[in-house]
Amino acid sequence: MNTYVRPALSLALLMTLLTGALYPLAVTGIAQVAFPEQANGSLVRDAQGQVRGSALIAQDFQGDGWFHSRPSAGAYATVASSASNLSPSNPALAERVASDAGALYRTQQGPVPQALLTTSGSGLDPHLPPQAVAYQIPRVAAARKVPEERLQALLEEATLHPLIGPPVVNVLALNQALETLGH
Amino acid sequence: MHSYDFALLLAFFLIVLLPAPWLGRFYYKVMEGQRTWLSPVLGPVEQGCYRLAGVRADQEQNWKQYTLALLAFNLVGFLLLFAVLLLQGYLPLNPQHLPGQEWSLAFNTAVSFVTNTNWQGYSGEASVSYLSQMLGLTVQNFVSAATGLAVLVALCRGIARRSTATLGNFWVDMTRATLYGLLPLCLVLALLLVWQGVPQTFADYAHALTLQGSEQTIPLGPAASQIAIKQLGTNGGGFFGVNSAHPFENPSAWSNLFEVASIILIPVALVFTFGHYVKDLRQSRAILACMLSLFLIGGATALWSEHQPNPALESPQVQQSAPMEGKESRFGTTGSVLWTVTTTAASNGSVNAMHDSLNPLTGMVAMVNMMVGEVIFGGVGAGLYGMLLFVLIAVFLAGLMIGRTPEYLGKKLQAREVQLLVATLLVMPVGVLVLGAVAASLPGPAAAVSNPGAHGFSQLLYAYTSGTANNGSAFAGFGANTVYHNLMIGLAMLIGRFGYILPILALAGSLAAKKSAPQGLNSFPTHGPLFTGLLLVTILLVGGLTFLPTLALGPIAEYLSLGF
Repeated sequence: MNTYVRPALSLALLMTLLTGALYPLAVTGIAQVAFPEQANGSLVRDAQGQVRGSALIAQDFQGDGWFHSRPSAGAYATVASSASNLSPSNPALAERVASDAGALYRTQQGPVPQALLTTSGSGLDPHLPPQAVAYQIPRVAAARKVPEERLQALLEEATLHPLIGPPVVNVLALNQALETLGH
Repeated sequence: MHSYDFALLLAFFLIVLLPAPWLGRFYYKVMEGQRTWLSPVLGPVEQGCYRLAGVRADQEQNWKQYTLALLAFNLVGFLLLFAVLLLQGYLPLNPQHLPGQEWSLAFNTAVSFVTNTNWQGYSGEASVSYLSQMLGLTVQNFVSAATGLAVLVALCRGIARRSTATLGNFWVDMTRATLYGLLPLCLVLALLLVWQGVPQTFADYAHALTLQGSEQTIPLGPAASQIAIKQLGTNGGGFFGVNSAHPFENPSAWSNLFEVASIILIPVALVFTFGHYVKDLRQSRAILACMLSLFLIGGATALWSEHQPNPALESPQVQQSAPMEGKESRFGTTGSVLWTVTTTAASNGSVNAMHDSLNPLTGMVAMVNMMVGEVIFGGVGAGLYGMLLFVLIAVFLAGLMIGRTPEYLGKKLQAREVQLLVATLLVMPVGVLVLGAVAASLPGPAAAVSNPGAHGFSQLLYAYTSGTANNGSAFAGFGANTVYHNLMIGLAMLIGRFGYILPILALAGSLAAKKSAPQGLNSFPTHGPLFTGLLLVTILLVGGLTFLPTLALGPIAEYLSLGF
């Protein structure tokens, strides 16, 4: 019996110590020194030091004066994150997309980009494709009474072009830039 | 497809294929106890483990002893994890004061992580404490992968050795796999991920006041360390509920590349490890060519399918482009499809887009990848041992065709070996078709389906396929967290794991005991394009054909009904 029980128990405990305690502690130690910003959740603070969100977690922007985030199936809940899990054949998906498109559609701008009509995988997608931001520019410009060209310039500045992924815009950062612009 | 899509695919294949020969040799040296550049650091730790556990590293085990050791270790791991999950409410490092898991969920979770499946009936940030994530789940992420690697090298030794009763020592193999095989790579990947934005902290969840002035809780935790092993160990269990779609698990296109490549980095390398065991790298190349072909066929189909606009959304007001429901902007279609194909080919099961919302044929590729038994690279160790079974079956079939006793690398395959092979062939059908059919026939369990029509059937089919194949991904709308499904998918995972491991270790023992016949002119060569083709056909016929009717009822029916 001892041939199996002792090694099984002691190795289970030793592996717990090594991989379950020492390894995460080592990663935390190094990460907190090398990348403290990211390791603590990429928090965004205002001038007073108040946490205003995380650069990586979408916020629920409402109203005409802000750029809206990707739609969220979980109403931007962070605990717990969730997705719609609607199948492509589910009539509920087609109905939702059609009704949202009806609300957002502007004849002079053409069809509404998919990113504004579909919920993201996490419900917390912090990004939008540039064209989905551009579609919102006339609305935001009118509400804030700023020329569209300025918002267009802001968008171009905020667009990230990773070599291996689609171009994206961080919506929170863009809206923060709006705040400085508006006043 | 844009230029960045091609850049992603190119970078992925380079990261995965270039280091494989070197890494494969490294795994061979490590598992055979040879000195590597890590020995000065990890050698003393390894020896310390053996001393404390009372293990004699030079004492080898026969296949029965090896199996008993493996089962004892997995049982202890299961009991520890089960206890931690039940009792986490009373344990420290639980800043959110989360209660213990309900018993059937805790059973399902514990089985899931011990069997390297990482099916999740819960949402991490809402129901698992930091302590459970680290001391419970992270540990099983490591040792379940190490167990897979141990079984693989036992089988490799069985094929390579002659006239011997022993296959190595499970305690030693498991320890070496964890210490040298997984920990160092995880440390590197974890830090790369933190750099890209994955949190790694023990602090409480953060509280923010959003730009528009509402309250927002920001979940944190020691995520990077767990995500690294969840990818490298082909586990797939997310730190957060929506897995690698969560921006904290996978913050950028670059983290996406690192994580998706990590899924098959080790499984690809292990194909070369096998070549070193049998002292014939041509065998490795033949197997690799077969795996790569299956991967590319599935990958190309899925890419094509997912770039088609969904006809159900056709309207002049809606942009007609590749569907984005359930996908993240930063990954786009190609980054999501590459992940879907890789995670299902490799028994990983993490997701960066919601598989439930994929176009029907993309979802079907994911299911086929699992149904053939997770042998397209597959899990750490598990993928290649599954593939070697198909190699032996292909050799057996070839033997029947030319009317000779089939032999593989000098080992004759006789009645006992073929019986064991057939036993493993029954695992997927029993788990998927039998358990799946029972669930589909009972009104209670069938009610877990959340989408109407053919897709609803696909959800149930996917769940039992994923469980039996030890994958862990899901059509996640499926309401699996019920006592029935927790227990039955738990059972499917156990069948899928040990239904392979036990016959394989018996097979390894039986092969090791055989004398080696010299390979002559009449031996059927098991390298080169002819054998690769035969292997490919064997996998598709034996592994895939069984499930064709279910695929017709699920994804194919959905595809046709949508009128693509």
